[in-house]
Amino acid sequence: MEADVLVVDDSAAIRKILQRVLRQTGMAINTIHEAGDGQEALEILKVMRPALVLTDINMPKMDGLQFLAAVKSSESWRDIPVVMITTEGGEAKVGEAVKLGAAGYVRKPFTADQIKEKLAGILEPSLPL
Amino acid sequence: MNLNDLIVSCISQASANVFTTMLGVDIRQGAVTIESGSPDPNDGVVSLIGLAGSWTGLGSLTCSPALACRICSQLLMAESTSVDEEVLDAVAELTNMIVGSVKTDLEQELGPLGLSIPTVVFGRNFKTRSAGHSEWIVVPFFWDDECLLVKLCLRRNERYSHAHVHTAPQTCTLDV
Repeated sequence: MEADVLVVDDSAAIRKILQRVLRQTGMAINTIHEAGDGQEALEILKVMRPALVLTDINMPKMDGLQFLAAVKSSESWRDIPVVMITTEGGEAKVGEAVKLGAAGYVRKPFTADQIKEKLAGILEPSLPL
Repeated sequence: MNLNDLIVSCISQASANVFTTMLGVDIRQGAVTIESGSPDPNDGVVSLIGLAGSWTGLGSLTCSPALACRICSQLLMAESTSVDEEVLDAVAELTNMIVGSVKTDLEQELGPLGLSIPTVVFGRNFKTRSAGHSEWIVVPFFWDDECLLVKLCLRRNERYSHAHVHTAPQTCTLDV
């Protein structure tokens, strides 16, 4: 069964790269939706349910940690795995993301293999790699 | 190792890593200089990111329009021939990754630092200046014959050091 994925990053370049990387992983993906910040991502979640969310942290309007907190505090969205993909590699930020319920954390710069490896440990069999 | 040497080392590692990982390109480092006083006028693309916290400063990446297009083409695997939104976004993201990595490495020595959203400027004969900072560490890199400059200025934030006490970082179990 194919599933949808949501990519959240204020950089169109990174969204494009993640689109390419996700297609290369061999995941059974239907549509990859894109949002430029946390607020836009929450609006998208109101009309679709992705099997996975990949999000940056440093973004305008609503950052990735605020977005993660909103997802994990919602009855309907808290089961969606959220993976942080960010330049913020300090222990404090990682710790905060873990505390809020992030399913994984990938530091930029990243390779396609690093993304694939991280997602392999997170995704359910319904969205196989 | 003094702070300037540490910054140069962080910039060298971060820049090489970002170019190798994201662009599949090996860049060559040139001679490091210190830029003080009034900065030289810029032509081309300059991307700037602010640092704040126990220390404050600014990181920047400067390159020619041609190199900006080349970076974008390599990053997105699609030909870019003129500086447009996509090219500026690609340069901004590259700066974000380099300065972000430098910031993460420096935090081990300097304490927590915040990172701003990148700002990119494209034009001719303009100057950039960071209020309160007069000295920039300039590390040139070469991709074939084309040069890009990674610059950083950093200054202790006296108000912050009096107002905050550092605590040991918390451990976490997430595999990074």
